[in-house]
Amino acid sequence: MPEAVARRRRRPAGRINLFLWLGATLLAAFAVLAVLGERVAPYDPTTQDLFAMLEGPTAAHLFGTDNVGRDILSRIIVGTRFTLSIALASMFFAGIGGIALGSIAGYFGGVTDRVVTGIIDLLLTVPNIVLAIAIAAAAGSSATGLTIAITASFIPPLARLVRGRVIELREEDFIAAAITVGMGHTRILLRHILPNAATVIIIELSLNAGQAVLIGSALGFLGLGVQPPAPEWGTMLGASREYLTVAPHLVIAPGIAISLLVLAFNAFGDGLRDVFDPASRN
Amino acid sequence: MIGFLARRFATIPLVVLGVVTILFIIFKSVPGDEAAFVAGATATQSEIEAVRVQLGLDRPLVEQYARHVSGLVVGDFGYSTTFRGNPLPHIISRLPATLALAAAAIGLTILIGIPAGVVAAAYRNRLPDYLISLSVVGLLAIPNFWLGMLLIAWLSVDLGLLPSFGASGPASLVIPTLALAARLIALVARMTRGVVIEELRKDYVRTARAKGLSKGLALRRHVLRNVMIPTVTVIGLQAGYLLGGSVVVERLCAWPGIGDLLLTAVSVRDYTLVQGIVMIFVVSFLVINIAVEVLYRFVNPRLRYA
Repeated sequence: MPEAVARRRRRPAGRINLFLWLGATLLAAFAVLAVLGERVAPYDPTTQDLFAMLEGPTAAHLFGTDNVGRDILSRIIVGTRFTLSIALASMFFAGIGGIALGSIAGYFGGVTDRVVTGIIDLLLTVPNIVLAIAIAAAAGSSATGLTIAITASFIPPLARLVRGRVIELREEDFIAAAITVGMGHTRILLRHILPNAATVIIIELSLNAGQAVLIGSALGFLGLGVQPPAPEWGTMLGASREYLTVAPHLVIAPGIAISLLVLAFNAFGDGLRDVFDPASRN
Repeated sequence: MIGFLARRFATIPLVVLGVVTILFIIFKSVPGDEAAFVAGATATQSEIEAVRVQLGLDRPLVEQYARHVSGLVVGDFGYSTTFRGNPLPHIISRLPATLALAAAAIGLTILIGIPAGVVAAAYRNRLPDYLISLSVVGLLAIPNFWLGMLLIAWLSVDLGLLPSFGASGPASLVIPTLALAARLIALVARMTRGVVIEELRKDYVRTARAKGLSKGLALRRHVLRNVMIPTVTVIGLQAGYLLGGSVVVERLCAWPGIGDLLLTAVSVRDYTLVQGIVMIFVVSFLVINIAVEVLYRFVNPRLRYA
């Protein structure tokens, strides 16, 4: 089984993966901004200044001001918290959901597998952003509703991935050995199967986090996410649409912020995969 | 081939039934009185009750479900408050715009993605490769609606070349297509680059080169044929993105497709319309996937006998 052999191959020790470090550094920077938020923002993100509306970038307002004179830089900094926490929370819950469903289906097989896989395959036929829109419509427009919507749209593909990996591992000799010595199912799953599936799951989650940021900001842009005046980046872009002709600078900063965060997650995920799972690249 | 198509198309109703069931459960569990909503804010209690009886909402859930499903079989999607009746004809009339957008995006992806990937592979680890690979990383991180906004600001507002929204002729299609296709172009270019690099190492390329073919000719005559397979794979895998992304892009550019209609339906809480549109998305997704499998057999003759 050449794939299995290749998967165990590691990069020569000591070589630094550029992607991994670029991603990690960017993510760390965003995390610092998310934690500090208001404390490092030059202005209050919701204070309006009607004498400084739609101003282009100046020394006082590096990214300019919006339609009610709020400082865009401060709104971007404080908004980091929304985007980052929605992405991380939805990946956390989608991870738990995907692992639970995927490992139950993969490990027990038979009817359980057929029922779970059937539902997963059904949900996979609904494009994930459409599923998220439908769920956001039902769950309501808020940070919580957004998190539920993104979580739900990422569980099916994750469950399918986990199921595949668990089925692969179930055939390994050490699992047969564990069953032979009388170990319980729960313990085998938690102690022997999942730790071996962890690498694949963590890589997939960090790559999906970038997607989650994109979907979350798209829903915000469409008015189905975090509601104004909260400074969520996608919501900010949605609000700046009508000023596209008079104040295009409104559009620049939130878009760059979203792209940088997505880039950070993608680079981190790609780097992790290069280092720990080189065989699965494309 | 006909047997294969028949088998694949036969699964569509089953999948649709499953999705309809899940949607029915989701939307029946949304809090709020459906009848009161349909009747409108000014309706009296007796009017609400009349609507409830008229729409069959007073019946047990199982009976409502059975009626819902049997209605779908004959093309009756239920009562949409937006269209005051069966929304199916209105959804169908919006479908061509979405399909045109998706087709244009796929076309652009093939036109740009494949050549970019081949060039990157041919100039591996040299300047053109770095530029293309960097663009790929960038395009995968940029939200499609932001790209669309930048294109509107640049091409329509600054240069006045293209209409900024609506559907007035083929020029209106340019910005939404670019915004939607960017991600696909990046994915296809990356995949093509990988495949070409791998293929260039193979024996048949060495043979072609040994008998005197130039590198460019070997690429065009021999390698390029093998590139279509991963391209088809990427487009198949991204069918969901293509349909989902169209929702966002259509709203941005006021392109009159079903994605735009879905958002209207969500904003007025017309759940009948939402369910109908999601179903059409699911059927489109399944049809695209069948088309991809058929294409596979054309670009990869090995599969025809498998």
